[in-house]
Formats: sequence, structure tokens, C-alpha cells
Amino acid sequence: MIELEGLVRRYGEREALSDVSLSLQAGQTLVVFGPNGAGKTTLLRVLATLLRPHDGEVTVLDRRLPDEAWAVRGRVGLLGHESLLYRELTARENLRFHARLHDLDLQRVDELLAAVALTDRADEPLKSLSRGMVQRAAVARATLHDPELLLLDEPFSNLDPAAVELVAPLIGAESKRTRVISSHDPSGGLAQADLVLGLRDGRVALLRAATDVGPEEIVELYR
Amino acid sequence: MRRTVGALLRKELLVELRTLESVPGMSLFAVTTFVVFHFALNQNTVSGDEAAGILWVTLLFAAMLGVNRLFVADQDQGGFDAFLLAPVDRTAMLLAKAIALLAYLAVLELIAVPAFGLLLLAPPLSQTMPDLLVVLVLADIGIAAIGTLVAALAVQTRARDLLGPLLALPLLVPVVIGAARASSPLLVLTHSSGPQGRWLATLALYDLVFGLIAYAVFDFLLED
Repeated sequence: MIELEGLVRRYGEREALSDVSLSLQAGQTLVVFGPNGAGKTTLLRVLATLLRPHDGEVTVLDRRLPDEAWAVRGRVGLLGHESLLYRELTARENLRFHARLHDLDLQRVDELLAAVALTDRADEPLKSLSRGMVQRAAVARATLHDPELLLLDEPFSNLDPAAVELVAPLIGAESKRTRVISSHDPSGGLAQADLVLGLRDGRVALLRAATDVGPEEIVELYR
Repeated sequence: MRRTVGALLRKELLVELRTLESVPGMSLFAVTTFVVFHFALNQNTVSGDEAAGILWVTLLFAAMLGVNRLFVADQDQGGFDAFLLAPVDRTAMLLAKAIALLAYLAVLELIAVPAFGLLLLAPPLSQTMPDLLVVLVLADIGIAAIGTLVAALAVQTRARDLLGPLLALPLLVPVVIGAARASSPLLVLTHSSGPQGRWLATLALYDLVFGLIAYAVFDFLLED
């Protein structure tokens, strides 16, 4: 599903990711830990085809990047720090826009709005909704096209416990999708993970099965 | 492709309708500039080359306001990323943005050209309008093609407000020259001929060349 071999990504002279190698099977969840600036978001953006790898081999959904990025787009759902939704448009208008881009039946929009409990507020501009509601709309946007691979950058930030439960069928373990999640929550992250990646300054500091990692090792990454 | 362009264009126009960030500013700028010219030149009416120059320079600078805003919502609110993640032809965004810019220019000219006729132009607009319309359409296509290309490039830089006009204005000089020369014979009191054919041909050729260049390079502008 995902194979990385010596992945390097730079911003100017600085290496944001340096010699990152791992393998993730279909249906598994990789949770990425690391302090701010460790390279978590960069890794997700490389996997999403939004950033080109500068060195190494990257295979996502059995397609090599960047050459076959066209075949990966549309099969990936990205939930990042930004909602990727227009503030002036309503949740329904935003999701309909994305449905048209992904050539989906507009009926799917109503299903997703109901799934994230936004039907009642679906026709209000996004700028008038709370951050938690916008995050729920973003979850609906990321899963609208039923992606095989979910790339989730701190997906539960801004969500209260009830909302976390609400979106679990879409982006949680119950979704049965392959997931790459970046997290700062050792116990919550480990509970989701099959494989744990710890990054520090763009380098792999920890890569092990989740069953072999304790929360204290995650906390150590941040020291 | 048509569905994608339609979706992008619909989104574009909806965002503009909600924010009113481009068209009102462009129109207000043009009308204000005509008022300033009216007093600065100390003339009640202008005609010929002078009228053509005032009209096209004003429309060009008003258009730059729209060009500068063209990709701002996409850049600031993640619309670029969302579009890049979709399995669609990226040229659709070029087409949708260029059509949206054309629509903005059309609304601008619906307001600015009558204002020009009222404030500065010597011959009645009704006399010049049918021929002037051809020049407006050809010039607008050029502005839309070049404006979209330059806006896509500039928006990814920190100095986008400065870089957009700096890149666009030199490229748009031939459009202004062609449009002014083509419309100059129309803006005289006793005009008997239509717009000069060679300047219309020049404008059409320039539109075609920059349309093709924009089509060829737009994908690369969106790439990381």
C-alpha cells in the first residue's frame, strides 16, 4: 500500500525529511509522532502527492510518485490543519463543489452531511460555524469520495469527545481504511496504531509495531 | 472537463457574489479614474487617440485589481490543495479562472464604458458601441489569458500584490496598444470607418499565442 525507501524532501537547503523508509500494508494504520517541525505534515503532503519527493523511492497505493501521481489523486483523502473549504460558501455548497470535482452523485453530499450531523447547519456560510463544526465538514470533505487511503494530520483537534465518536465511522479504525495519522497524543495515538513512526528533525527516530511501543517512548521523542 | 470547469466557475462566481472583493473595486476604480481625468485634463470631452488612451489605460489598471485577487481565496483557504487532490485535468482551473475574469471584465465595462461616455467622451456612445464591442471582446480575452497565467504564478509568492502587476503590465502593453489603436478611429466625432482591421488581427493573434502559452504552462505553475 505504502512503501518508502530513503525518502528525502527539502525546503531550500533544509531537509524536512531525511532518509525515511517504511512499509505499510493495506488496512493498517501508521501513526506518526514528533515535535513541531519534525516533518509529519511534510510526510503527509508527500503521500498526498502535493509535494514531490526530492530523493528516494515512494510508492503509494502501488503507484510510484511523482511519476504516477495522477493515478493516486482521487484515491486519497487528506484532512490537514486547513479545512480546504471556502469560508464564504456553505458546507453544502463546499461539499457539492468537491462532489463535482470527484464526479460523484450529489446525493452523497446529503449522506455525509448527515453522517457528521451538519444537516441543520448545512446552508450557513462556513465562516459562521464553530471550529469544531468546520472540522466535521472537513471530515465529510475528506471522505466524500470514499478514499482508500486517509492522511490525517491531527484529525481530532477542535473536536469534542462526542464529535470524535461521531466521525469515528468515517476516519476512525471502524472505517477499515488504510490510514496515516499524525498525532501529539501518545496514548490516543498508540490506541489507533498498527505501526508507529517517530520523527525528529526529519529523521526516523522510532519505527516499530505499536504493540512494542510504550507511551513513555513517545514522550521521549519530544524531549 | 466541462463538468469540472462548470464546478470551478460556479464556485468562483459564488465566492465573488458573497465577498464582492473584485468587481465592485474594479468598477469603482475605473469610474473614479475617469472623474480624475475629467478634472485633471481640464477638458469636458476627449476624442481620438487621447480618448482611446484614457479608456484603455484605465481599464487595464482596473483589470489588474481583479487579476491580483483571482487566486487569493484558493491560496488562503486551501482551494489549491483540494483541487490538486482531485482526479481532474488541471487545465480546467485555467479555463474556469479565465472565464470568471472575462465575466468580471464584462461587468466592469458595463459600468466603466458608459461612465467614460458620460464623463469624457466627445462622440455619443451609441455611435461607437457596436464597433467598440469587438475591440473590447478581443482585448478582454487577452487580459483574461495573461491575467490568469500571471495571477497563478504571483499568488504563490510572498510579494504577490507587487509581482502580479510587475509581470502582467509588460505582457499586457501589446494588448493596450492594439486595443487603443483599434478603437481610436471609433472615438472621433465623425467616424466613418470601423476599427482598423490590422489591429484587430494583432489582438486576435496575441490572444491566440497567450492562450496557447497559458494552456501549455499552467500545469507546471500548479505543481510543487
